[in-house]
Amino acid sequence: MGTGRLYAAVAAGGFRRYATYRVATAAGVFTNTVFGFILAYTYIALWHEKPHLGGYDQAQALTYVWVGQAMFAVMVLGSAGFEEELIERIRTGDIAVDLYRPADLQLWWLAADMGRALFQLLGRGVVPMACGALFFDLALPDGPLPWLACLVAVALGALVSFAIRYIVALWAFWLLDGAGAMQITWLTGVFFSGMLLPLNVFPGALGDLARLLPWSALLQAPADVLLGEADPIGTFAFQLGWAVVLLAVGRLIQSAATRKVVVQGG
Amino acid sequence: MVDLDGRPAGRVTEDPFGRYGAVSRVRDGLRAYRMIAAMWIRSTMAYRASFAMTTFGNFAATSFDFVAILLMFSQVDELGGYALPEIALLYGTSAVAFGLADLTIGSMDRLGRRVRDGTLDTLLVRPVPVLAQVAADKFALRRLGRVTQGLFILGYALATLDVTWTPVKVLMIPLMVASGGLIFCAVFVGGAAFQFVAQDASEVQNAFTYGGVTLVQYPPSIFAKDLLRGVTFVLPLAFVNWLPGLYVLGRAYPLDLPTWVAFAPPLVAVACCALAGVAWRAGLRTYRSTGS
Repeated sequence: MGTGRLYAAVAAGGFRRYATYRVATAAGVFTNTVFGFILAYTYIALWHEKPHLGGYDQAQALTYVWVGQAMFAVMVLGSAGFEEELIERIRTGDIAVDLYRPADLQLWWLAADMGRALFQLLGRGVVPMACGALFFDLALPDGPLPWLACLVAVALGALVSFAIRYIVALWAFWLLDGAGAMQITWLTGVFFSGMLLPLNVFPGALGDLARLLPWSALLQAPADVLLGEADPIGTFAFQLGWAVVLLAVGRLIQSAATRKVVVQGG
Repeated sequence: MVDLDGRPAGRVTEDPFGRYGAVSRVRDGLRAYRMIAAMWIRSTMAYRASFAMTTFGNFAATSFDFVAILLMFSQVDELGGYALPEIALLYGTSAVAFGLADLTIGSMDRLGRRVRDGTLDTLLVRPVPVLAQVAADKFALRRLGRVTQGLFILGYALATLDVTWTPVKVLMIPLMVASGGLIFCAVFVGGAAFQFVAQDASEVQNAFTYGGVTLVQYPPSIFAKDLLRGVTFVLPLAFVNWLPGLYVLGRAYPLDLPTWVAFAPPLVAVACCALAGVAWRAGLRTYRSTGS
């Protein structure tokens, strides 16, 4: 099997694995929709108080809410993704088996995670977004071009999301228990991705800093591309830059970690 | 076979009425709950550093809702006509109420998984009420983090609020926390009962528990009328903090409700718990083991 086909098969496996849980997906859609409604009303109150806050009008702010709910599962902003399993494999030593496979560890998990992200986009992204558009006045683009640009930004964001979580998971080689590291990543991710509030509403220097950090690639970037608030090419370059840097860091840690592995025998 | 207190097991089925009535059943349930919870606390305390970290993590994670409100108030002076201390009162009371419910029976949302993997069967054969076992299972003391952050915000609200305190208004605060906690407990139990039917739908339960507490942390004035009707008459979350809280703040109630509804939370809480109990029994009766 060619390497390309191998990783395609792994990605398809990641997709199918999540597609199996249909009731859980429907339940997730329901939850994202409920939270979307609650957030939408708070944003309406906020933008009523201060129209054009952060450069958005109310329709754009509401669109941001629903993009956020659609990205929640895709970018793994709420719970754990593959990293929980990878940490468990490192802890138990099963990782030794993975390292002997004729496949690259990082690419293997990347393929599986991209399959998952694609499923979450279709399974948990489309319906809340459509529901939001049905009940609220959203600022959605007319032509197909902004939508396509947004999809590219989502794909690049998913790549950055993977790269961050891969680095976190590899710390388990040294820490053995990844719970603390995962929790810190989760907290920073929610805060700096713009899940709490759009980053352009953050006050002063905090907002500027948040926009430079990699987490802004996960939610703020795709949302701004869809809203026509950001230049797509510049946004892609920003996301790609972080993806390359973080994937390279992950690779460095991976080679350091695998040199450390001592297989204890059967 | 003997039960945890060394008495012969099997009394539940042998003598369902008579001296083993509803009161002693509740007492047995509470005792079992205490023992299981104590066991989990002991096991948590074996790793004190880890406990301290996860409790702090819980504190930080649950503070995010208020951080979002603070970020909003860095841009505006009021939200839906409410100032920050007023929202802090609504937030603090509901956060402490929810935190207490989450601490005591937050593990109920694992029920769906137990039904799926068949481990619920183990609980059914023990001579202890299933509800007590499920509720105390994996009792997580780290959830004190949420209660603590709620208490901080409540303290901030009480210190900064511009309210003429009367004895009734002072009494209203503990009343809100206690009744609100019971209402959220009922939501947890009702959600778990629903999971007997829909086994991997624990996220639906999250929508009502975590979604519910997020909703009532904001003032009612910002939500649509239909939503307010829903959380007043259908799933009565408005009684957790909105109605008694607006009495304390001296503000008009939503939906032109009469003044006395501010004093209804204890009754609503008892009614919710009774309904949740009925739902739980119905759910347990429909349970069919997966056999795995």
